[in-house]
Amino acid sequence: MKRQKTLETNANNGNLFDLLSEEIVFTILDFIDTNPLDRKSFSLVCKSFYITESKHRKNLTPLRQEHLPRILNRYPHVNHLDLSLCPRINDNSLNVISNTCKDSLNSIDLSKSRFFSYNGLMSLALNCKNLVSIDLSNATELRDSAAAAVAEAKNLERLWLGRCKLITDMGIGCIAVGCKKLRLISLKWCISVSDLGVGLIAVKCKEIRSLDLSYLPITNKCLPSILKLQHLEDIVLEGCFGIDDDSLAALKHGCQSMKALDISSCQHISHVGLSSLISGAGSLQQLTLAYACPVTLALANSLNRLSMLQSVKLDGCAVTSAGLTAIGNWCISLSELSLSKCLGVTDEGLSSLVTKNKDLKKLDITCCRKITGVSIAYITNSCTNLTSLRMESCTLVPSEAFVLIGQRCQFLEELDLTDNEIDDEGLKSISRCSNLSSLKLGICLNISDEGLSHVGMKCTKLTELDLYRSAGISDMGIIAISRGCPGLEMINMSYCIDITDRSLLSLSKCSRLNTFESRGCPLITSLGLAAIAVGCRQLIKLDIKKCHNIGDAAMLPLAHFSQNLRQITVSYSSVTDLGLLALASISCLQSMTVLHLKGLTPSGLAAAVLACGGLTKVKLHLYFKSLLPQPLFEHLEARGCVFEWRDKEFQAELDPKCYKLQWEDIAQ
Amino acid sequence: MEPNDRLSLHAWANPSSSCNGLPRKMSLENPSFTNFNLQQQEQKWDDTSILNYGIRIEPPFHEFNQASESEYLLSSTCNNQPKVLDQEDGLNNEALQTSKSLDWDPRTMLNNLSFLEQKIHHLQDLVHLIVGRKGQALGGHDQLVTQQQQLITADLTSIIVQLISTAGSLLPSVKHKLSTGPPNGQLGELLFPPLAGMNCVPQPQHGSGSIAVQPQCVTGSKVSDQCNQMDVTGNCGTEQNLSIEEHEMKEEEDADEGENLPPGSYDILQLEKEEILAPHTHFCTICGKGFKRDANLRMHMRGHGDEYKTPAALAKPNKESSSEPVIIKRYSCPFAGCKRNKDHKKFQPLKTILCVKNHYKRTHCDKSYICSRCNTKKFSVMADLKTHEKHCGKDKWLCSCGTTFSRKDKLFGHIALFQGHTPAIPLEETKGPSVSCDKMDGNEASNKSGKHKFQLWLQCW
Repeated sequence: MKRQKTLETNANNGNLFDLLSEEIVFTILDFIDTNPLDRKSFSLVCKSFYITESKHRKNLTPLRQEHLPRILNRYPHVNHLDLSLCPRINDNSLNVISNTCKDSLNSIDLSKSRFFSYNGLMSLALNCKNLVSIDLSNATELRDSAAAAVAEAKNLERLWLGRCKLITDMGIGCIAVGCKKLRLISLKWCISVSDLGVGLIAVKCKEIRSLDLSYLPITNKCLPSILKLQHLEDIVLEGCFGIDDDSLAALKHGCQSMKALDISSCQHISHVGLSSLISGAGSLQQLTLAYACPVTLALANSLNRLSMLQSVKLDGCAVTSAGLTAIGNWCISLSELSLSKCLGVTDEGLSSLVTKNKDLKKLDITCCRKITGVSIAYITNSCTNLTSLRMESCTLVPSEAFVLIGQRCQFLEELDLTDNEIDDEGLKSISRCSNLSSLKLGICLNISDEGLSHVGMKCTKLTELDLYRSAGISDMGIIAISRGCPGLEMINMSYCIDITDRSLLSLSKCSRLNTFESRGCPLITSLGLAAIAVGCRQLIKLDIKKCHNIGDAAMLPLAHFSQNLRQITVSYSSVTDLGLLALASISCLQSMTVLHLKGLTPSGLAAAVLACGGLTKVKLHLYFKSLLPQPLFEHLEARGCVFEWRDKEFQAELDPKCYKLQWEDIAQ
Repeated sequence: MEPNDRLSLHAWANPSSSCNGLPRKMSLENPSFTNFNLQQQEQKWDDTSILNYGIRIEPPFHEFNQASESEYLLSSTCNNQPKVLDQEDGLNNEALQTSKSLDWDPRTMLNNLSFLEQKIHHLQDLVHLIVGRKGQALGGHDQLVTQQQQLITADLTSIIVQLISTAGSLLPSVKHKLSTGPPNGQLGELLFPPLAGMNCVPQPQHGSGSIAVQPQCVTGSKVSDQCNQMDVTGNCGTEQNLSIEEHEMKEEEDADEGENLPPGSYDILQLEKEEILAPHTHFCTICGKGFKRDANLRMHMRGHGDEYKTPAALAKPNKESSSEPVIIKRYSCPFAGCKRNKDHKKFQPLKTILCVKNHYKRTHCDKSYICSRCNTKKFSVMADLKTHEKHCGKDKWLCSCGTTFSRKDKLFGHIALFQGHTPAIPLEETKGPSVSCDKMDGNEASNKSGKHKFQLWLQCW
């Protein structure tokens, strides 16, 4: 206080902050990062703050391109521009960016936009010489000429071209020749690129570290040159159906620098091909074989030599107990293992595997429906350092087993118990995991407020809680959570039909909440949601489908306070024209699902969607299509808004218990 | 055997002394022979390919002379020639000229005359001898009486012609006038037709073909050669053996570097530029001479021996291989400095006449055939043009250096090989985005119009 006083006296004449050097203010600003509104507030304090904040900002994620010229002038030091939230980025915008940012720009994200072309990219590449990173994912209209424009960015190091379906070998060839410094390139789903283009990348871009070739129609022809890349660390060959054992057998040498290999869904690669692919790759750390060859003894043995291996993902593979046992017998101890949706995982195989891998940190046994409490006992016994355990739908695991998890695996941070038999005893035990940040208890019909209260009391670091259709939960549990977990960011209590406004009122204290889902909670009203709107200013995603008692009264405070709201679902609620029109004033709002709103008229809807300038996606009932004029839709589509038409009958809510029964019927 | 040798010597000595100095080889390489004549007539040896021919022709002649030990006149010149020729083409010219000047020795002329005289005297005996010996040597070969008669008359004619030419060479000044007389092209044209039909009707063709004295002289000597070939036993055999020796002796350096074939295992033929470029489609498998019509080739083949006269032989031209060791023939490009030229250090022979033709046209000729579709690609071989035209326009794989490829993998191989080369995106496609831009503008326009309509609609509403 003393010091502050002296400062105040010294700075009587002017701004206190004038005494601080710009660097110090910048350092302070570095900490104001959590809520975008905080920075806004800072900059609105005074002119000098405004200028400081303008100078400090390096990253921009604009939502609308029409503001680009102004915001780029305001923030001259921006070097990373994320335009993934801007719909319909066009060549004009790219011209503006390239002429304003010039050499200061080194990273741009244009994913999710497909309305720019060769011209815009060319101006970007020619004006922004320091561009090292471009994300062009989903630019499905781009052709080879656009790729040739990208090739002019000579300093490019990272390039994402995912789903650029029209770019062929010719365009990739241009990039390979032009962008010699490329370290990362993702060609996922570039289905017009073949061996030639990929081979040329490997020949010309010697600096490549990371190569994503998922779902490309490539064969073995490009592999030798790829494996010769000196620095290649990460290669993804997911869904490359053209690569088979025979072709891999011809490979002379593997890639020594390789650290991560993904051959998911490569149906024609068995352990034979895999072993020739990884021959010489002694430093391999991460292996992903999801939906690929069966995990047998032979496969496990062929991977035996990989002494650096840390992570193995076998999702969706058919496994044998012998295979799992053999993996357990590797001389190394894995830190991450995923057996999600594997067929054939039994207590025998899994227990022998986990007993040897005592250092396991992450284990995913989602939908391993054959395992019982025995496996859990083994897992908890040997893998006491687990930080992540995902075991959705392990239906044979009895409730007692979950007690073991809480007793022995106290370092857990992420726990997915969706659709399990866990009860309050189990929850009480799990509440010992004080580091728990993500807890998923969806469709756990045996838990009640009592168990959840334990979690609320002890798991103070919880940020994510999923209670979807856990019908035993009511206000008491939620209140306990909201009191004990102030850092909560995401909560889903859909179809917890006993939830009332009390829960929402208490949750409104969780100021970091950004995702709120409460579908099918008939008891909550506008009052509760209004409290959320006032308290949780960072709300981004809101789903109040089938909350019949929520109406316009909640929309008005939402429109006023939740300026970060980007996605809202108000189907089957009591929201009318008025509420929707109010929501339209939220400038960030991009996605709106508006089905079966009784109080909604065509003209009201038209006014709302017109007023909401940032909309990119609107889900509507087909009914409105004929009632609104076509020019309206054309206008909105030109603005970047996509309409999705649904023609679903009005659905009455099912009994939650009945849902569980249905689920089991399907499973059998 | 001796009389035979002598006979052949008689035949050779005369032309050599008459400075048309092309012995029996002429029957093998008639076209070259004409060229050789041209050279001598021109006195200016601009074309180096012609000089190369000299290398090939002279040595066997020389050796034969040595072997027979009866030809003393030319031995000296021949000894000089091979060396000089092998070493440097430029010197060749002078060497030949010096040899020529030596040939003007009156003693040579006298000898030649005496030989001629002898020849005329023993003409009848000679003919009988031929018949007798051929029957012995060739055994199974039947001879037609009419053909014999033709040959004899041809021989007679040749003697007469040689007599004239010898007379011509006796008077150098006269000879010079004669030789400079007919222009090259004309000469070539004049010479070929009579050669083709020589065996059938020698006399009338002489009459028709020999407008100038010189051509007559040339054809005459050829006729004599052909006669000799038929006279002498194993004519072809000795001939080829000689040529092998020649390779062993003089072309060793060249043949050594020949890739797969060991030196001397094949015979090197070298056609002249004019012959290569002549529009022939039928080629003699022995001497390489080309013809426009197969019938003419068949007539020509008779000159290589009686075995070619039977219908069976005509159907299968390589029949001689059954009776004699197969001599592999390889061809040399007449273009000095070319790798396909036998003087090149890393000489790589061409396999067939067609190879020679295509090689010479492709590498040493103007590309006169232009693709009518793209108007850029030029070819010197019509077949190449036609092949190209089949694919022209389909060559969509373009490199930034301007090279086009019909196959994408070839383009990418090219780009992988060269620094800085990059795939060139076709122009239509670079326009594509601008089109899409237009489309976008259109969209915006429609957007605007949509807006307009919408405002109207709002007003109504």
